[in-house]
Amino acid sequence: MSVIYILLSISIVVAVIFFIAFIIAVKNGQYDDSYTPSVRMLFEDELVKEDSKPTVKPKKSN
Amino acid sequence: MAETTCFHCGDDCNSTIIKVEDKSFCCNGCKTVYEIFSENDLTCYYDLEASPGAVPKEIQGKYDFLDQEEIIDKLTEFNDGETQITTLLIPHIHCSSCIWILENLNKLNDNISSSQVNFGKKTVRITFNSKSFSLKEIVLLISSIGYEPYISLDDYSSGQKHIDRTLIYKLGIAGFAFGNVMFLSFPEYFEVGEFWLEKYKHMFRWIMFAFSIPVVFYAAQDYFISAYKGLRAKLLNIDVPIALGIGVLFIRSTLEIAFDLGSGFFDSLTGLVFFLLIGRFFQQKTYSFLSFERDYKSYFPIAVTKVSKGEEFPLQVYDIKKGDRLLIRNEELIPVDGILINGKARIDYSFVTGESKTISKKSGDKLFAGGKQSSGVIEMEALKSVEQSYLTQLWSNDVFNKNKEDGFRTLTNSISKHFTLAVLSIAVIATIYWLIVDASLAMNVFTAVLIIACPCAIALSAPFTFGNLLRIFGKLKFYVKNASVLEQLASINTIIFDKTGTITSNDKSSAVYNGIALSSSEEQMLKNTLRGSNHPLSRTLYDILKEHDIETLDSFEEHLGQGLEATHRANIMKIGSATFVGHKDEGSALSTTVHISSNNIYKGKFTFYNKYRKGLSKLFNQLKKENDLVVLSGDNEGELENLKKLLPTKTKLIFNQKPEDKLEYIEYHQSEGAKVLMVGDGLNDAGALAQSDVGIAISENINVFSPACDAILDASKFNLLDRFIAASKSGIRIIKWSFALSFVYNIVGLYFAVTGQLAPVVAAILMPLSSISIVIFTTLATNFIGRRLE
Repeated sequence: MSVIYILLSISIVVAVIFFIAFIIAVKNGQYDDSYTPSVRMLFEDELVKEDSKPTVKPKKSN
Repeated sequence: MAETTCFHCGDDCNSTIIKVEDKSFCCNGCKTVYEIFSENDLTCYYDLEASPGAVPKEIQGKYDFLDQEEIIDKLTEFNDGETQITTLLIPHIHCSSCIWILENLNKLNDNISSSQVNFGKKTVRITFNSKSFSLKEIVLLISSIGYEPYISLDDYSSGQKHIDRTLIYKLGIAGFAFGNVMFLSFPEYFEVGEFWLEKYKHMFRWIMFAFSIPVVFYAAQDYFISAYKGLRAKLLNIDVPIALGIGVLFIRSTLEIAFDLGSGFFDSLTGLVFFLLIGRFFQQKTYSFLSFERDYKSYFPIAVTKVSKGEEFPLQVYDIKKGDRLLIRNEELIPVDGILINGKARIDYSFVTGESKTISKKSGDKLFAGGKQSSGVIEMEALKSVEQSYLTQLWSNDVFNKNKEDGFRTLTNSISKHFTLAVLSIAVIATIYWLIVDASLAMNVFTAVLIIACPCAIALSAPFTFGNLLRIFGKLKFYVKNASVLEQLASINTIIFDKTGTITSNDKSSAVYNGIALSSSEEQMLKNTLRGSNHPLSRTLYDILKEHDIETLDSFEEHLGQGLEATHRANIMKIGSATFVGHKDEGSALSTTVHISSNNIYKGKFTFYNKYRKGLSKLFNQLKKENDLVVLSGDNEGELENLKKLLPTKTKLIFNQKPEDKLEYIEYHQSEGAKVLMVGDGLNDAGALAQSDVGIAISENINVFSPACDAILDASKFNLLDRFIAASKSGIRIIKWSFALSFVYNIVGLYFAVTGQLAPVVAAILMPLSSISIVIFTTLATNFIGRRLE
């Protein structure tokens, strides 16, 4: 019959899935801090370099 | 002498340089932090930014109160006996190195499982194993690397903070609906009468209807609530025509699709709400790392050390009773009024008065809450409880419970009254006309007028203008609480300044020498003697004196509260109070002086004068053109003559004002119709800042705390104050221009509406067009103002 009904419902379902994803993201606090993640992202490289040589010494008690 | 800066904190290593490997450090503290980092392979810290660190402070015993269960409970947000999560405010967070090191805390200690920084709020959220580690140890650990957290009474009483995210939800819903409705309504704009479209358009319309339901009943609910409140208070605020527009749009569209009269205006409806919410979101931008609501609680510690029968134990500040013996360590705040029992007290009242010079007290002297001890340990006896202390009593004044925005009518709201009446009368006249000419179109015209006249563009002018100005001001280190403060700032006509710490700068004072001229060897001796002292006056004097060779003194002694004594070869030098150097004081109680004697012969004295901020005279001369100027000081009249010379003659100078006096002074002038801008800094100005129409706090260091106010101005930008006021006034002019612009759109729209030919496509074009052009106009215009500010 009319394929448009199927297409429409699929498109709306997809839209609603993304909408739910957005709501979950907000709820988890992903929109609370919009600056730090942008800086954190740039650290990754150095961390990997750090991890490749396992030299983390036991910390003296403080 | 070549300037060597510390590898860790970036300060000048002026007297002592400690070398490790090829790096130099200004003190042992910085060196230790470097060693901790290098031991744990965390020297990446120094690669990200140059000299990012802070000098770790002496904190021995300061955080003992963190062992108390009750306090731990308040400070942790999650605690299941094994894992605890706590969020700590760390004012020093300022660069990417800070984020990096604080998020790698787990490398310093295995018991920390993760830590996450929120840069905007300057907080770090730490998850740790509470069985083998404690909150106190965490605080000690991060303090030892220079990131001392700030734990105040505020954390204790407020507990969990709730984050309000409703605006983001609403914006998301409106945007989601807007996008989808736009897709669904697009075919009908142009392909009228097409076969397939005719067949499916009903379904399309009902889907649009479904999308717009949450927009009207959830995303737009604030406008209905605000309009209802406005009407009940007999006020036609801007939300009345907006709510009317939204309501009419929704009802008419629903009826149209129900009776197959047309496609409805769901596209315009969702777009309208979406644009309005964007405006709100833009205006809501705040500085999360600054707080404009602070009272004394943000300054006060949670607990102090109580001494009883020779034992020390932490006591919660609220539990302090009259007669308790308290131990105040170096750098700790005095929480209650009391009497000094023993120890040399040197109290820094800069939190309270803005004056950073310390005051010496002897045992038996009265101490006031809010002072910070700055030399060694003292013992004091409490005379009052926290709430009844001299300083904290100020907060019982009603002015702190008032909301300043309540009584203020914004430009938008005052114009909306006329606007709403005009729109309603146009709608009625047009309907009557059509009832006579063609009654079938009358209802159509009536609703069309209300729809097209919905003042979206007007409602957007102020948020975007002020929102952008807030951002521009923020870049120039003038942090304004919200948009209505800018509007108030544009209307002020009286400016009141506090003196100490506001128009005077904290760290630099100038000194004038009176007496027998010092020989060059005496001056050298003087400079060398001062080198050893950390007293603020010594530091000031040291900086003023000319460079001399560094010599090792044979003996050096600092008599707390009195002065310095040093010997070098056969010379004895005494620096300090008049009695200390053996000189009769000539009644110069109003000014700060340091006396000097060499080999027990009185030489003379240095008199310190307040150093006024750069550009002060120029600023006052600019401001006097449009405002009445007053200097309201809590100090004595010692600086009267000096100020008279500096400031325009019209300026009123009033001295010896208590915090309540300042508040009443402002209240009195307001009752006479003055719009008062108060510029202050210390906690003693808190009442005045709250009472004034606009209260601006001057801050030498934005990270350090300033009292509750409407705006915080960085001290280095103090001389730009007149330009900020001028820019706010230009902001008002921009808004008026954009009102005019949106009226043009409204007239075009009304032409379509009144003639009964408002098609959905016209509304769908006109509404976003007017909104977007207003946004572009206001943004460009405010950026232009911003450029002139710099």
